Amino acid sequence: MSSALATTPAALAPAQLKNETAIELIDMNKWYGEFHVLRDINLTVKRGERVVVCGPSGSGKSTMIRCINRLEEHQKGRIIVDGTELTNDLKKIDEIRREVGMVFQHFNLFPHLTILENCTLAPIWVKKLPKKDAEEIAMHYLRRVKIPEQANKYPGQLSGGQQQRVAIARSLCMSPKIMLFDEPTSALDPEMVKEVLDTMVSLAMEGMTMICVTHEMGFARQVANRVIFMDAGQIVEMNTPDEFFKNPQHERTKLFLSQILH
Amino acid sequence: MTTADASSFPTPPRVDAGPAYVSRTTLAPSPPPYSVVGPVAWMREHLFTGPVNIALTIIIGLLLAWIIPPFLRFAIFDAVWSGANRDVCIYTPERTAVGACWAFIWDRAAYFTYGSYPVAERWRVNVFFALLAIGVVWLLNLKAPRRDLGGVYFFVVLPILSYILLVGAPWLGLRNVETNLWGGILVTIVCSAVGIVVSLPLGILLALGRRSTMPAAKLISVIFIEFVRGVPLITVLFMASVMLPLFVPDYLQPDKLLRALVGIALFAAAYMAEVVRAGLQALPRGQYEGAMAMGLSYWQMMTLVVLPQALKITIPNIVNTYIGLFKDTTLVVIVGIFDFLKTIEAARIDPTWGAPTVSATGYLYAAIFYFICCYLMSSYARGVEARLARADKR
Repeated sequence: MSSALATTPAALAPAQLKNETAIELIDMNKWYGEFHVLRDINLTVKRGERVVVCGPSGSGKSTMIRCINRLEEHQKGRIIVDGTELTNDLKKIDEIRREVGMVFQHFNLFPHLTILENCTLAPIWVKKLPKKDAEEIAMHYLRRVKIPEQANKYPGQLSGGQQQRVAIARSLCMSPKIMLFDEPTSALDPEMVKEVLDTMVSLAMEGMTMICVTHEMGFARQVANRVIFMDAGQIVEMNTPDEFFKNPQHERTKLFLSQILH
Repeated sequence: MTTADASSFPTPPRVDAGPAYVSRTTLAPSPPPYSVVGPVAWMREHLFTGPVNIALTIIIGLLLAWIIPPFLRFAIFDAVWSGANRDVCIYTPERTAVGACWAFIWDRAAYFTYGSYPVAERWRVNVFFALLAIGVVWLLNLKAPRRDLGGVYFFVVLPILSYILLVGAPWLGLRNVETNLWGGILVTIVCSAVGIVVSLPLGILLALGRRSTMPAAKLISVIFIEFVRGVPLITVLFMASVMLPLFVPDYLQPDKLLRALVGIALFAAAYMAEVVRAGLQALPRGQYEGAMAMGLSYWQMMTLVVLPQALKITIPNIVNTYIGLFKDTTLVVIVGIFDFLKTIEAARIDPTWGAPTVSATGYLYAAIFYFICCYLMSSYARGVEARLARADKR
């Protein structure tokens, strides 16, 4: 996989990081009924930082990043996104969702709208941009993900990889400060994984703050500033990619890595 | 044989021309045998596949042979087409076979259409029918221009114009016509149009309420839906027209037809709510999440993303509810309103037309009327479904 992503690591030097906090999770806990999904999560993400989250299924990775834009509600602890704390205040939730883009495993494009309409929906209705401006921005990002010629088709007419790239463009149209990726390549055919990862790499190189839940270890090695390993609702290990892959500290991490890197 | 043959197998090019008995060109396809195309093949495939189907075809054929000729004799060959009163439709020594008494329908057609609406004012009803037809065609024809204006016309302009036309507006020189004079097709159309137009938006609100996380909205919606679905329409109509006057002072008494209209609309809304809820539940959660993650508000998410998709998949059920509602309007007769069926009922016992086949003719006319209306609704729905199925395949 790493050979597919031949980008110079130098472009991704941590020197780009500014010393501002983008996301802060403090002692965050979440329960589904009786089930304790997330336990005492503490995580600080700096502006421009790229964090990859991995771990076995059911470990709470997706739940954690879904808490950051309040698709899931946390019950204890604090979540501060871009200086705003997430509470039940609907206004603040909307504010944060405007700043935080999210890309899903199953794309979640709107099948009744064209690609262009998918991309302009939120800018027009949430940001109140004039239709013409929103379309210009949408075409700009569709060119960036290399599918401007599909603008007037419907999502069902596109391949999985193309759909996921549209989903990325759709998020970018809101000019988010932070992007969350929830297993963006897991539902794709193998030969389409590369085109989506390439898009994500180029996004990372522009300094976008990103949290990616993914099992693409090549991607983690190449762009991440930090890799987080989660198990049973806890952050087990957190390290730079080099250290993480060379010297995993915990038994659980070693076992996990031995199973996915072969 | 050449290598450019349609065959997908890569064959090495032939150097020699081959022996004389090898064809050098591709043969034209042979015509299909007699048993694969044409009417005989169609019948074999659709009517006579296997012993069970052969038996069914024969039984149904016999059944049709048994039913259709007498029906045609009644409805057409022995029918009486014109006349002024019962004399043309009774048995006489010269006329031993009397079929449908269409003269009766023809004579009373105005009554079936307008009820007791004053004759001098019936043009107003005709204008109403025309305005309604324009609205329906404009709104339902997907290729019509400016369908947004059509929506404004149908949901805002049309109700106001209809009210002025049908009820009357003395300041415009249109005299008031009491609703107890209304009747026939006019009442049936008014009841179903009001039910159809009011029940969908109200049903959508109730469905959203039922799935809401706000306890008050949810409780009110659940109680309303379950209560209304738990009683027959007749009960709702009775409550509206008999119970209500007991609680409300005389001068606040709403009009009798209006009370029935409200009853029908609320009743249909409860059913519509459940239909719409099914559509909302059929949408994948990802659609909601995708909309929320982009910062759309609840109402934006519902009107821009969720409802367009949910209503699309429920179109067959929505139309099914409409068809049921259309036929249920006949129940208003229970509170003394003369709908289409009741006018036939009233006319058939009128001694002027007391003849043996008058009742049957009246009911046949009603059946034809209801069938045409319901069939139009269901064909339209089928057309829309087919269009959506094509859209889904893209």
